[in-house]
Amino acid sequence: MVSLNGNVLFSDKSEDFPTFIKNAYKFFKTDYSKFFKMDNLSKLAFFAADVLLKNENLNEEENNIALVFSNNASSLDTDRKHQAAIENETEYFPSPAVFVYTLPNICLGEISIKHRLYSENSFFIFDRFNAEHLQLYANSLLRSVKAEKVLCGWVNFDKNNYEAFLYLVEKEGVFEHTKEEITRLYNTL
Amino acid sequence: MSELKEELKAKIIEQLNLEDVSVAEIADDDALFGDGLGLDSIDALELIVMLDKDYGIRLSDPKEGRKIFESVQVMADYIEEHRTK
Repeated sequence: MVSLNGNVLFSDKSEDFPTFIKNAYKFFKTDYSKFFKMDNLSKLAFFAADVLLKNENLNEEENNIALVFSNNASSLDTDRKHQAAIENETEYFPSPAVFVYTLPNICLGEISIKHRLYSENSFFIFDRFNAEHLQLYANSLLRSVKAEKVLCGWVNFDKNNYEAFLYLVEKEGVFEHTKEEITRLYNTL
Repeated sequence: MSELKEELKAKIIEQLNLEDVSVAEIADDDALFGDGLGLDSIDALELIVMLDKDYGIRLSDPKEGRKIFESVQVMADYIEEHRTK
């Protein structure tokens, strides 16, 4: 299911992620030639960010939107694929295209390229969703004028279990950027 | 040779995840990089692995790939001449 500001925009009964994300990609007429080359985590993060940012009337040249993402599985989904390839001694042909995604923060680069974000970005690994950290880090970026807006959230993918929760924070907004409010919004997933 | 070219086109589409590109859409002389299929540097590395894995061809210098991967036709010619499997 894909929702924006509480409104369900797309739902699909596909049980596997590749089918779901492909259907969603087509439904939203997402146009990005590199999309199907990405690993699962990057597809999830890129797609979620795209749904949110395409409504923001972004500048075509440059946007000062920082990225503060988090999850608990890091890039394990892709790490396992790469590990299987390098453990195969008889057919040792690890894929460069898999290897480049064995870091979770690669997804931030994909988003930055598409939306021309020449800004701060960080990816944190936590045991569980950490609203307090998102709040403190994003507020610090805004307070120190490192960014005009911060796209924050949780993007997790492991063994076909996945979820993406993103929100955009700026100095003036609809909701107050507090730990309680972030947690409340996350729990509406 | 014609069979090899069709095989290469199918492998390129599958290995490089070229969604919405069909074998019929790739002409033998289409540029694979730049304005053609728009492949990038990671794709070039994937093609180097494919040459080794499927045709037993090891490139000692990755720069060789620039010439070899010019088009499906050039790739097929090179593979025909150098393949060990």
